[in-house]
Parts: sequence; C-alpha cells; structure tokens
Amino acid sequence: MAECGNDSDAESRISYGDYVVLKRGDVFKSVQVENKKKVVFEKQWFFLDHAVGQLYGTRFEIEAGGSLKLKAAKHSGDSLDSKEAGQDNRHIVDDGRSQKLTRDDIETLKEQGLKGQEIVQQLIDNSTTFKDKTEFAQEKYIKKKKKKYESDVTILKPSTRLLAMMYHGREPGKICHLRYDTMAQILTLGNIHAGSKIIVFETCAGLVLGSVMERMGGFGSVIQMYPGGGPTRAGMESFGFPSHFHETLHEFPLCKVNTLLAGTLDLSEKDADSESNGSRNGQSESSQETSGVSEEKSSEPQSMEVSVDPQEEMRRAERERLRGQKAQEKKVKMEEKRKKLASAAALLEGRNADGLVIASRFHPCPVLMGLLKFIAPSRPFVVYCQYREPLIECYTKLREQGGAISLRLTDSWLRHYQVLPNRTHPVLLMSGGGGYLLSGTTVAADSAKARNQHKSEEPVAKRLKLDEISSA
Amino acid sequence: MSFVEYSEIIQEGDVVIIFLGHESMMPIKVQSGAQTQTRYGVIRHSSDLIGQRFGSKVTCSKGGWVYVLHPTPELWTVNLPHRTQILYTTDIANITLMLELKPGSVVCESGTGSGSLSHSILRTIAPTGHLHTVEFHAQRAEKAMQEFKEHKVSHLVTVRNHDVCKDGFGTTAIADAVFLDIPSPWEAITHAKSAMKRKGGRLCSFSPCIEQVQRTCEALLDHGFEEICTLEVLLRVHDVRTVSLPLPDFGPEEGSVDSSQMASDVGQEEVPNTGNTSVICRTAKPPREMAGHTGYLTFATKPLN
Repeated sequence: MAECGNDSDAESRISYGDYVVLKRGDVFKSVQVENKKKVVFEKQWFFLDHAVGQLYGTRFEIEAGGSLKLKAAKHSGDSLDSKEAGQDNRHIVDDGRSQKLTRDDIETLKEQGLKGQEIVQQLIDNSTTFKDKTEFAQEKYIKKKKKKYESDVTILKPSTRLLAMMYHGREPGKICHLRYDTMAQILTLGNIHAGSKIIVFETCAGLVLGSVMERMGGFGSVIQMYPGGGPTRAGMESFGFPSHFHETLHEFPLCKVNTLLAGTLDLSEKDADSESNGSRNGQSESSQETSGVSEEKSSEPQSMEVSVDPQEEMRRAERERLRGQKAQEKKVKMEEKRKKLASAAALLEGRNADGLVIASRFHPCPVLMGLLKFIAPSRPFVVYCQYREPLIECYTKLREQGGAISLRLTDSWLRHYQVLPNRTHPVLLMSGGGGYLLSGTTVAADSAKARNQHKSEEPVAKRLKLDEISSA
Repeated sequence: MSFVEYSEIIQEGDVVIIFLGHESMMPIKVQSGAQTQTRYGVIRHSSDLIGQRFGSKVTCSKGGWVYVLHPTPELWTVNLPHRTQILYTTDIANITLMLELKPGSVVCESGTGSGSLSHSILRTIAPTGHLHTVEFHAQRAEKAMQEFKEHKVSHLVTVRNHDVCKDGFGTTAIADAVFLDIPSPWEAITHAKSAMKRKGGRLCSFSPCIEQVQRTCEALLDHGFEEICTLEVLLRVHDVRTVSLPLPDFGPEEGSVDSSQMASDVGQEEVPNTGNTSVICRTAKPPREMAGHTGYLTFATKPLN
C-alpha cells in the first residue's frame, strides 16, 4: 500500500458521489459531485459532469454554458509583451480614466467567448498608462486582472489543509474561529495517530472530527461526544472518507455521561432512545396508534357496526399494515440506536482513551473536567477556546485537582510572506488571532497532599515559599 | 511501547520519559537491573519501572517522586540529544498539516539531523506509510538508524547516507510529500520533483534566512510548482498567574467609601487581612522572552503531470 505505483488508479479519478474541493487561487469550496447539478463558485456557475473520470488535481476552464473543459497546457502567461516600462510613478495620474474599455465592452468580450488571458491582453492594450508603469507595477497589474477574469477551477481531493483553510476563510463563525495553524497544533499536540482511541467534543461543524479521523486513517476509534439532539457531521462528510472509516466512528450523548460514570447507564431496550425522547416517542407511537384508530372512528362512525363493504375492509387492512410496518421500522431504528449507544459506552467505560480533543462554543472547563475521567494516564489532551479566560479557569482547576502535568496555555502567531525578486516582504494583512489552546498530559490520579510537594509549575509570589527539597 | 503505538505497561527495552517537574524531563532506556540517578534519588528499573503503568508516580530513593510517561514525538523533541539544531513542535505541526500527512503517506526528507521531525512524521504515517530520509553526515545517519530501531519504528523508515543535492532521495515517483531542511534547498528541487508521485504532491522547505527562501521560491517557480506560499509561525505561551494588586489610599472621604467599595469598583473581591487592601487577579502574562524566529516555511504543490 505504501509503494502504490499506479498513480492512475480509481482512487485518483473523480467520480459521481465524491466530495471534492474546488479551488481558484486562494478560494476553496467543498461540493459533492452530482449528476447535472449546478454548482456556484466565485460568481460563476457550472456543471461538474465533464470532470468525472478525470484525475484529481486537474485544472478546468469554465466555458460559457457552464460545462468544464480541460485546460490546455500552461503557456506561461506572464510573458505578455512588456517591452516598454517606466522607471517610477512620478508622472502617472490616477484619474480613473486610463482604461478605455468600459464595463459593457468587457461584458461584450466575455459574451464573444474571449478567454481570460485574451481579455487581460485587451485591457493592457486599452490602458493608456500601462506602458508607463514600472515592470513590477505591470506584473502586479497583470496578476490582478488575471485573478479577476480567468475562469479556471481546479478540482482537488479534500484534506484537512484545504477544508480548514476553507472554513476559516469562508465561515469562521461555524468553527469558533479556529485558524488552520491552531488546528495543526491540536492534531500534533494531541498525538492523534492511527490505532488510538480518541474522544472528541466539538461544535466546529464536524471539521475537527474529520481532521482527527483523517489522522487516524481508519485505524482505531473515535468517540464523538455530542450535546443536545445529535452529532454534527457535515464538515466530516466533506472529507469523503471511505466507508470503513465510518465504522471507527462512534457517538455518545453528553447527557448520559453522568449515568455512565456512575455505572448506572441502562442499555436495555426501553432506554434505547438516547435523546431521552424515548418515553415521548413511545407515547407518540402509541398515540399514533390511538389517533389512527380514533381517526378511523371519527371518519367512519358507521364502522362501529359490522362493515360489509369489502373495499372499506381492504383500506382498513392496508392502514393496519402500514402502521405495523412503521412500528417495525421504528423498532429496528431504536435497536440500532441502542446498539450504537452500547458500543460507545463499552469504549468509554474502560476509562482508557488515548486522547481528548475539545473545541466548542461551550465553556471548556466543565467539559474538560467531565471528559478527562475517560482518559488513561500518560496521554495528551488539548482544549481549544476562542477566548483566553475560560482556559485560564481550566488551568487553575486542573492545578487544584491534580492528575495533569505539563499544562500549557498557548496561541500561535502566523504571518505570510510575499516572496518576489526585490519585492520580498510580509503580506500586508495579517490574521489577528486564531484562538487559544490548553494542552497537557494526564498522569495517575493524585492525592491532594502529594500534590502540594515541590512539583508546582507555577512560580509563587514572594510571600509564600513552597518546600523545594524533599527530605534527604 | 513504540513511538507509533501506545501501550499500558512498561517493559524491558522501552524508552520512557521521566517527568521531574516544571520543564524538567529526561528520557531513559529501561533495562532490568539498571538504575538511574535523579535529583530526587535513585530509580531502580526492575522494581520501579518494569511492570508499572505508564503515567504512574514513582518514588525515588530520597523520598521525592517523579512521573513516568509514555514517549511521544512531542516529548522526544524536547528531550532528544541534539546533534544539530532541531525543529520544534510548532513548526512540525504546521508542516504536518500543510504537507497533508496521514497514515499511508510516503515522505522524503532531508536532512535527517537529530530526527526530531522524523519521529513526528513516522507517528503520523504509521502503520502503512514510509519515510525515506537522507543525511549526508555519516555518524548522524548512523545514530538516527540506531534510534529508530530502539524506538521500534525502523520498519517504517529508510535512512540513506549521501548528498541529496547530488544524488536525490534514492527513489523516484513514490512520494506524496517532500521536506527539505538543508543549506541550499534550491539545489534539491529537481530531485524533489522526481521523487514525487506523478499525480502530484506537496513540498516544504525550511530555511532560517530570507535569501535562501528567495532562491528556493525562484527554483520552485522554474520547475513548475504551484501554490507557492511562505509563512512563519511562532508559539506564544501564556503563563497563568495569580497576582495581587494593591489598592491606592486616597485618604478618608466624605460619604464613607471604604476599601471594599473600591475593590468592587475594580470588579474584584477584596482580599482580607492584608495590610494594604489588595485585589486578586487570575490572569496570564507573557514570558519575558519568547522565540522570535525559527525559520521560514515555504510550501508548494507539484501539479498533476
């Protein structure tokens, strides 16, 4: 598997049903390849049908009409006859009138089917100031116009890198403003790797869950703890994992954690519905029956008498059959749910998980204190929070309680650079922040007395001096 | 124990990390009958380590105690014996994400150096991937091979001792990702390209100096690489502290504003029994100094052929 020589195997080709990532420049979008489905990306719409069967990484051009065409081999676009160039901008007046083509002219060109490259050439030819710009300014101008008028799209296989960058760029609110370099830290500090058993609690649309699963490669198991109704998995689906990955994924409702810890989790049939709608569902089921019956009664008051109409008899029998079918389906679903709950509980019960990742909009402190109980000693845990103070609370609580060492509260500073000959400098706009992380390692649970020995990680104020040296 | 798989009980031959206290750890190799000296006393491997659970507390001969931890690449990075300047976890984490490493990935790396990044890569690509690592210094290559063996990961890695700029990685068209941390990465770009799979792959070059970055980016462009991107990332640590801030004495005032009022003005509780009234703040402050630069990370994609 490691030396898979055949690069063109089925896995490398785009198929219907695949989740892919569309890319143009720095913009990404996750979509699923569906038959004749219109896709909107960067103000253009098109169909992905012609992409099916092509290799991932292929670049396409969007034609008028929305079909995709393989992009011809790259003719180095930057060699656009720039014979003439100025030395500096002292005589260039920006009066907004240097471009002779109007918006409508450009639209016309587009409608005529001119490719992006050709439109850019037209813009250059019709600019009165282009030849006066410096070479650097010309390059910058061309790059900018290309970005605006070219209509290619590259189709890529999803990865944590692409999806984390996409979510952070498009919908940071959905992922608690978790920046991709912070995501990188989470996965590494958490020692996420194949074969481990990881507990995840996140409200990042499933992105964190998917990233953890990618690093596990389908080996080991992931237990997703979820608040409320059910686990969010949309972001995870965008990874397009093969089906056997899904077998490693379990879920467990937060609202049953206490009963599980107490050892009183009831996995018998009547407790099957994990949303504690169980009784309600059961009631609704029976009420459905009764309403069905009463419906029958109300709509056919005469049916109290012996019915002699065979058609009526048939219809009633059909209704009975459907009701029975529905009840049966429901029973099967409940049983499935019960089984899933039981398997997740079995994984958690041993309290020997290999790692914990928390990234949510909930206050991290109680989540952390509650879920740490399921982690084995000498295992890493990582908690992400958009804000710093809640993590300070976690840190303090953990110091008080013991059972964790190497606690670190960190955030990461990220800066991109433009690297061009004689024009290398950091990029003008920089991310202001990417969230905070609290990381640490679990150790065997400690008695309070032992903890107050010389292992304090926090240097203390002058007034209190802890004993430094043990009895010798 | 292995660096790519957790285990529960310490066994003979394991490499374990002894945690002595704040920022103080040491790796030791567990051997029956052996002893290790620490500032808290002696640790006897046979009685104190073998058969114990990872994460347990071990009391040393002088009465003090330590924790015994399962090794991880992150712990190894801060405890390994340096033969060269190494990469630290912050950069390693970003390299791993941006190179899209995961189980099954095939990676080519040069130079191996002290093996800090190598261990992290191995952990991420196990159990089905492979690492081809090239080191031009003979002793360092040898030491790396030794360590991989001790850490039970040698089945996942091939160490080659030659100059990557002259002789490449020793394989072609198999890598999903290539990593370069060498003085002249632009000289290895051709080899990097040929080591990568035809369907494309990711590349990363780490360089401390901007001039190196410039030459590398130029070479990448010339070789048809795309998505060329240079960034740097730094970790900021926040030291959690409880501080006590005294309140000023403005003298007695009409309307009897006492110190508890002042304290509540500040939004904190008053600390009783201190001479001058103070308030406690639970906060986090930056350390006096921090790492300001490690190196620039340049990433690129080799496009589909």
